[in-house]
Amino acid sequence: MKSNSPSVALFIPCYVDQFYPMVGIATLELLEKLGCTVTYPSGQTCCGQPLANAGYARDTVGTATHFIETFTDFDYVVCPSGSCTLHVKEHFPPIDGLKKEQEALEHKIYELIEFITDVLKIEKLEGKFPHRVGFHSSCHGQRGLHLSSGSELNQPPYNKARKLLENLEGLDWVELSRTDECCGFGGTFAVTEEALSIQMGKDRLADHLHHKTEILTGGDMSCIMHLQGIATRSKQELKFLHLAEILNQALS
Amino acid sequence: MTHPENAAEFLKDSQKAKWHDETLWFVRDKRDKVSKSIPEWEQLRELASGIKNNVLANLADYLEEFERNATKNGIIVHWAADSEEHNRLVLEILQQQDCRAVVKSKSILTEECHLNPYLEKHGIEVVDTDLGERIVQFLNQPPSHIVLPAIHLKKGEISELFHEKLKTEKGNEDPTYLTQAARVHLREKFFAAKVAITGVNFGIAETGEFVVCTNEGNADMGVHLAQVHIACMGIEKILPRRKDLGVFLRLLARSATGQPITNYNSHFRSPTPGKEIHIILVDNGRTAQLAREKFRNSLKCIRCGACMNTCPIYRRSGGFSYNSTVPGPIGSILSPGLDLKKHSSLPFASTLCGSCTDVCPVKINIHEQLYEWRQEVTKTQGEFAKGLAMKLANGIFKSPLAYKITGSLMRNAVKSLPNSLIYHPLNIWGKNRNLPDPPMESFQQWYRKNRA
Amino acid sequence: MSSREKILNTIRSLTLEPKALPDIPNLRGSGDLVERFTQSIYGNKGEVLSKSEFEKWFLSSGFSKVISLSSQFSKLATLPLPEDPHALDTLEVAILDGQFGVAENGAIWLEDSHLGLRALPFATEHLVIILDPDSLEDTMHQGYEKIAGAHSGFGLFLAGPSKTADIEQSLVIGAQGAKSLRVVWV
Repeated sequence: MKSNSPSVALFIPCYVDQFYPMVGIATLELLEKLGCTVTYPSGQTCCGQPLANAGYARDTVGTATHFIETFTDFDYVVCPSGSCTLHVKEHFPPIDGLKKEQEALEHKIYELIEFITDVLKIEKLEGKFPHRVGFHSSCHGQRGLHLSSGSELNQPPYNKARKLLENLEGLDWVELSRTDECCGFGGTFAVTEEALSIQMGKDRLADHLHHKTEILTGGDMSCIMHLQGIATRSKQELKFLHLAEILNQALS
Repeated sequence: MTHPENAAEFLKDSQKAKWHDETLWFVRDKRDKVSKSIPEWEQLRELASGIKNNVLANLADYLEEFERNATKNGIIVHWAADSEEHNRLVLEILQQQDCRAVVKSKSILTEECHLNPYLEKHGIEVVDTDLGERIVQFLNQPPSHIVLPAIHLKKGEISELFHEKLKTEKGNEDPTYLTQAARVHLREKFFAAKVAITGVNFGIAETGEFVVCTNEGNADMGVHLAQVHIACMGIEKILPRRKDLGVFLRLLARSATGQPITNYNSHFRSPTPGKEIHIILVDNGRTAQLAREKFRNSLKCIRCGACMNTCPIYRRSGGFSYNSTVPGPIGSILSPGLDLKKHSSLPFASTLCGSCTDVCPVKINIHEQLYEWRQEVTKTQGEFAKGLAMKLANGIFKSPLAYKITGSLMRNAVKSLPNSLIYHPLNIWGKNRNLPDPPMESFQQWYRKNRA
Repeated sequence: MSSREKILNTIRSLTLEPKALPDIPNLRGSGDLVERFTQSIYGNKGEVLSKSEFEKWFLSSGFSKVISLSSQFSKLATLPLPEDPHALDTLEVAILDGQFGVAENGAIWLEDSHLGLRALPFATEHLVIILDPDSLEDTMHQGYEKIAGAHSGFGLFLAGPSKTADIEQSLVIGAQGAKSLRVVWV
């Protein structure tokens, strides 16, 4: 995707922008290393998911309109979050006057990993990452975007992130007891059902610690922020990185 | 109490909560394994979903066909618009038979109608004959799970209860011993009862028969010894053809407990000569749910309980935390239709992880309906604080400048304020979780410096 | 208006999008039917015996209250079929002919005409079902095909003994109904 390559716009979710700029940077650099010409449209804000999941989807018309307009002129929109990508695809309210643009957006927005495997058609990445890595499968990425097979379904197993990670030299993949249980973040759930949210997070961390995860990774910083918050509070020796950070480091 | 309050309470007994989670996970794991032993599993789910969709689209016709055939077979068919009418019909039949003690096998519908307290008020002894149901009945509790009614209890608690009620040895917690004691107690009740009540798993329009599935055999013990069998059936339990049972019986037990089939699957078509079978077709909010387009297909539910076993919330908060007859994910989309105000916290008792949808044998899009119920709940809450905050947020997110200012304020607030002063949601966030270390600059700021 | 009319009228007043009733394809499993059936019955906590194994078990057990409705084992009966099912309370063994079995799950179809009393397979302490291995069907789909035209007032797919796991999920055999199931090949 060098010259005449399609234009790729980066969508950096609001909390990544504010709290995890290094994940945005890693996403940008990684895509550039893979030969993409990437633009970050500067007026972008948030997809509106926190409002919609709290039951106020009808109040996200302004947010969604702004989002669609911001990304109209690009061939692809790539986002380092399965959850936000899914929201744009499935939960935007229908916007009057932007029907065509909205439909186009739903088909051209990709979560980072699926963009690499499905659009760039990259089967494996050559790089080095000598660490024991535990993968947190975020629910919206898995069950929503089908980035990996679900333990509930009778389907051939696959995992798009694993395919990229496993080829990295020295990377040791952690097999968990519960491969795809929710971490308990859940947006506003994290505060409205605080006790449950914490317990679910602790249980996920315990699974990783039991299987000797050194670095916990995933495609959604929201889940990671929650897990990291609990781990840091209880002084657990775990490192946390977004998939983009691992891949970007491995390729350097 | 709301779901979050109940859940927090449940989690206080951390050992028991852990046991509850692990035990139900084990059941789900069995379901996963057995479903993967059937290559056509996903096709069966698709078929079951298609059959149920067809039923819901033609419900009135199928109900009439069922009634016609059942009547032809000698079954007496009654209709009940609501729980009160259902209960009254049951009572009338019992009174006609001069029955003072009735045995009942597991039926979520009679729980939903609160039949037991109604009959007891009218001087009739009701004996729930499923072991788990008998246990919770002794404790004056409702079932905490629709398939595993006593899953919230440990054997020590049941041992103490049986010591008091059934005079078992004090301290003997052996499940085999306790089950044997219940067997002796319940067989006495079976052999004495004139009338037996059961639920219905499937009613077949084509033949007018209905099917009841149990592992204990308690439904059959009751009805074949009694003079009169009353079957209580929600109107959505219809299947068009007998052969549809092939699809549903392959899915039901595998989804529920991971076993290939329940040990007893009885097909009732006509009464033993000289005896009576009554069937009560109950609406009780079902036609109202059918009218709600977004929530209609929740009526496809066959009450297998798989969504409870897989739900990370249910497993860690217990059935009682939902305060609704059907707990768990499916209950959280059924109950708001019955009483939106009472059950308004249930659609939020979920992370929308979607696991419920993927285990559902009839492919109900449970997590999407939870999302839709949230939209309904907030409409009725008016301009509460939460609503205002959300409107404010939309104002921020649609304006890049407002977003930038708020964002940097947020980052600075996290940096400089003591935890207790950080505004509400972040405050709760921080009770048991650290916040990320605030970076020096946002990605936007970095990008402007380095790329633009 | 009666509740019947009210319910039916409410439903008919709704605009419900038509949905076709799907055809059920002839789905089948794979593998030897007898082997799969046997494995299923053991999974359901029953047993599968040859005729001689059964006779050996029966003779060594010394039962005194036995009802047999199976013509091949009518000699084993010690009691006639009572008229009142309440007389089954102390029955030790019931021997019945199964109409056919289903390999995928061990379910055995029993029909009114072979049951004598509907309560018999439940109330007895031990249940013995005589089955022809040639009668086995592959899955429930073929099972229902076989009984598509059957009109008996009562029939059941029985797959094992009475069982429960309602106390801490510990499996206990012999809840309210029969404490054991033995399937005997003839």
